[in-house]
Amino acid sequence: MEKEIAFTIDGKNVEANAGQTILECARENGIFIPTLCHYEKTTNVGACRVCVVEVENARSLVASCCTPVSPGMVVRTNTEAVRSAQKMIVELLWSSGDHNCLTCEQNGQCELQNLVYWLQIEKPRFEIEPPGYTIEDTNTMIQRDLNKCVLCGRCVRACNEIQVNEVLDFSMRSSHAKVGPAFDADYINSSCVFCGECLQVCPTGAIIFRQAKFAGRPWELQKTRTTCAYCGVGCQMDVYSKDGKIVKVLGNREYGKPNNGSLCVKGRFGMDFIQHPDRLKKPLLRHNKNEDLKEVSWEEAISFIANKLSAAKKKSGPDSIAGLSSARCTNEENYLFQKFMRAVIGTNNVDHCARL
Amino acid sequence: MAGLAASFGSGAMTNSIEELEFTDLILATGTNTTENHPVISSFIKRGVRQQGVKLIVIDPREIDLVKYADVWLCHKPGTDVAVLNGLMNVIISENLYARDYIAERTENFDALKAVVSKYTPEHVEKISGVSAKDLKKAARMYAQAKRASIVYAMGITQHTSGTDNVKSVANLSMLCGNVGIEGGGVNPLRGQNNVQGACDMGGLPNVYPAYQQVSNEAARKKFEAAWGVKLSAKPGLTLMEIMAAAGKGDIKALYIMGENPLLSDPDLKHVEKELRNLDLLIVQDIFLTETAQIANVVLPSTSFAEKEGTFTNTERRVQRVRKIVDAPGEAKADWEIISELSTKMGYSMKYSSAKEIFYEVINVTPSYAGMTYERLEKEGLQWPCPTADHPGTKFLHKDRFSRGLGLFHAIEYIPPAELPDEEYPLFLSTGRVLYHYHTGTMTTRAQGPSERYPESLVEINPLDAEKLGISEGQIVKVTSRRGTIQAKAQITQKSMPGTIFMNFHFAGAPVNALTNPALDPTGKIPEYKVCAVKLEAA
Ligand code: SF4
Ligand code: SF4
Ligand code: SF4
Ligand code: FES
Repeated sequence: MEKEIAFTIDGKNVEANAGQTILECARENGIFIPTLCHYEKTTNVGACRVCVVEVENARSLVASCCTPVSPGMVVRTNTEAVRSAQKMIVELLWSSGDHNCLTCEQNGQCELQNLVYWLQIEKPRFEIEPPGYTIEDTNTMIQRDLNKCVLCGRCVRACNEIQVNEVLDFSMRSSHAKVGPAFDADYINSSCVFCGECLQVCPTGAIIFRQAKFAGRPWELQKTRTTCAYCGVGCQMDVYSKDGKIVKVLGNREYGKPNNGSLCVKGRFGMDFIQHPDRLKKPLLRHNKNEDLKEVSWEEAISFIANKLSAAKKKSGPDSIAGLSSARCTNEENYLFQKFMRAVIGTNNVDHCARL
Repeated sequence: MAGLAASFGSGAMTNSIEELEFTDLILATGTNTTENHPVISSFIKRGVRQQGVKLIVIDPREIDLVKYADVWLCHKPGTDVAVLNGLMNVIISENLYARDYIAERTENFDALKAVVSKYTPEHVEKISGVSAKDLKKAARMYAQAKRASIVYAMGITQHTSGTDNVKSVANLSMLCGNVGIEGGGVNPLRGQNNVQGACDMGGLPNVYPAYQQVSNEAARKKFEAAWGVKLSAKPGLTLMEIMAAAGKGDIKALYIMGENPLLSDPDLKHVEKELRNLDLLIVQDIFLTETAQIANVVLPSTSFAEKEGTFTNTERRVQRVRKIVDAPGEAKADWEIISELSTKMGYSMKYSSAKEIFYEVINVTPSYAGMTYERLEKEGLQWPCPTADHPGTKFLHKDRFSRGLGLFHAIEYIPPAELPDEEYPLFLSTGRVLYHYHTGTMTTRAQGPSERYPESLVEINPLDAEKLGISEGQIVKVTSRRGTIQAKAQITQKSMPGTIFMNFHFAGAPVNALTNPALDPTGKIPEYKVCAVKLEAA
């Protein structure tokens, strides 16, 4: 067993395991420390310093997300010095970007907005000077507006450490640090595979789901958790919809297995087939081979099939009928399909295209 | 998955996805994981980059995973058995195999030993093109890893020797004692989202749910009692046999739920003729697919976003599917359609919900018996989960194989059914690409993926392109003994000289007009991965 470490945080005596950070222990003990660049499952880089705390006898404030606890440490999370440092950082971030919440898709779930509110900042003490980047809208899946980027590096770490697609990195462009693919390319011209992990982890509106733009405010969306229907991984995803329309898809981070919140391009950006105008809406039937398919009622279609199948069964026997069930349908439907073929038709001629 | 069932007694992925990140070594063969199972590939890549997992890739194409690999064995298409036997030859001759494990938990080792003794690295190099040096390096690496996992996909199964390939993979894993341990195992990555579930539910001609044999009297009695009818003891026909029987007029009526064989089956011209020969073709789907267009009746069904139910993923995890939006027009869930049809035909099926069907499923499916919708609410459960308090099974064959002892199979290398010759000098291999899924009915109607990958491409090595005078983006004609199609050329080092690669997602370039319907005798899987073609400017 690891050694227990005793220390105090905001006057409370607490214990921790060796190697735990101040932030982790604070969270375990119900003490809130704001963060920005910290993202679970990626390396702590200490980039933003929003998570600073006071440690007795330390020379300056320390970043709690990457400082391990040590025995006898005395930590304070809510002193004046801490708050004033946090305010300074957040005001700098605010003023060095174009944070126009009026039209931002992240409005209501933006971590920068939440910090501003939580720290009760009326307006930044510095003049607002956005860098003036053009918005990247050269693909239909992911839109980037680096004027809203706070350089937390979460997208870079998600791309490299979670998906390991190794596309994003920091670069220096005329004294401005910038995140993006190599050679400052747009996503569509880079080796990006559009998994959207960067979009999912971005705390602000800098990377957004393009098709969700103006499709609904976060608080208007209904969230339904389901299983991706594209491949055998079976990723758990949260599908956001509004008024019966699918707006966007995020990986489900609550339960972990089997995908730990990650998705790929198909699961995240491949769901518009569901509401495609080509969807079949009525049964179609042709009585003989040379006719075109015509729309008919369910009653007519089902009666036609039932009569035909019963006749074939009587005339040529049950084994003259076969069925193909589907790797795309649910278990319940596959069960029912083979039950139908076996119990109602009377044949074991049932297979599916899994061999393919 | 007949090969795995023969070796171990169960055909499913032995271990879990999450184990890949924390094992010692992964051998990936016949799986282009980053494109076909992208999220699983992240577990592998994280393992390699962050946890020191070693990676061996065996693949005839320079797939993305090669970038992360310690060793890449680039073999000629269809020579998998030779390469696997070669690895085992080295492991046995260098005495690196798991003696105790083999003695306690397996049988028929001597037969294996006798056969692989012929596959010396030098001999294998001649057959497969893999250098003896690399083969030895990979063999030692695999054998010396404490826990090693093998992952494979269609690149192993879609051959006339598919079942043999799988058995060889199973041999290798058992040889080093890797089956039945955490982080080890033999892991087939299933292509479509619910292939595992369709098989588990008895969507197969020879078995009822949970692989209970239709020819087994006790099993049949059980289902006769459950369903209240007499059942046929005669195993049914497989997909390819059904198609052939339709062509001959022995099958008169075919009911297809959610599949599009007219784009996915090999030798399409033939398939179309067979389907047109039916008296009655019923297609139940969400779009008017190529197959639906020639049907007599088309029934509009719902997509996964419009219904409740469960899918079973590739690691045997049963997970909930939930309704998000209403179905368009009069479309109905597949289970509702089947119930109505059945009731109309005089066998009453009156289910009020998918949940009610699930409760019938667990009553007759022992491996699912302990599951309920309530238990699946938060996180899925991995079968076998036989009782209400069983936590599910992370990895199979612990202490004991499903069939008792693990069975080694002595397998000889047999070349693919069709090899390049003077007239058709190139290998054609087929598969999927990242941005599309199966026959493309869904993804070609999704804006983003289609924008990134709008049309079918023929991947061709620069050397071949130069020889044939073909430039990037040029339209080329690809011809096999069965047909001709056209598509754009993409010149890439991914394809080895002498081999081209195409996907089967696009109706405009139906690659299965070219592929060889030659079947693996046991698995009945067509040889999609290898056939001979010629290529010319269109
Ligand atoms: S979409 Fe995925 S691959 Fe592309 S930059 Fe973002 S994280 Fe990287
Ligand atoms: S784009 Fe978003 S995630 Fe990336 S550095 Fe900027 S704010 Fe952070
Ligand atoms: S999100 Fe991608 S990897 Fe996950 S199940 Fe869907 S298709 Fe497969
Ligand atoms: S959250 Fe700790 S430094 Fe950014």
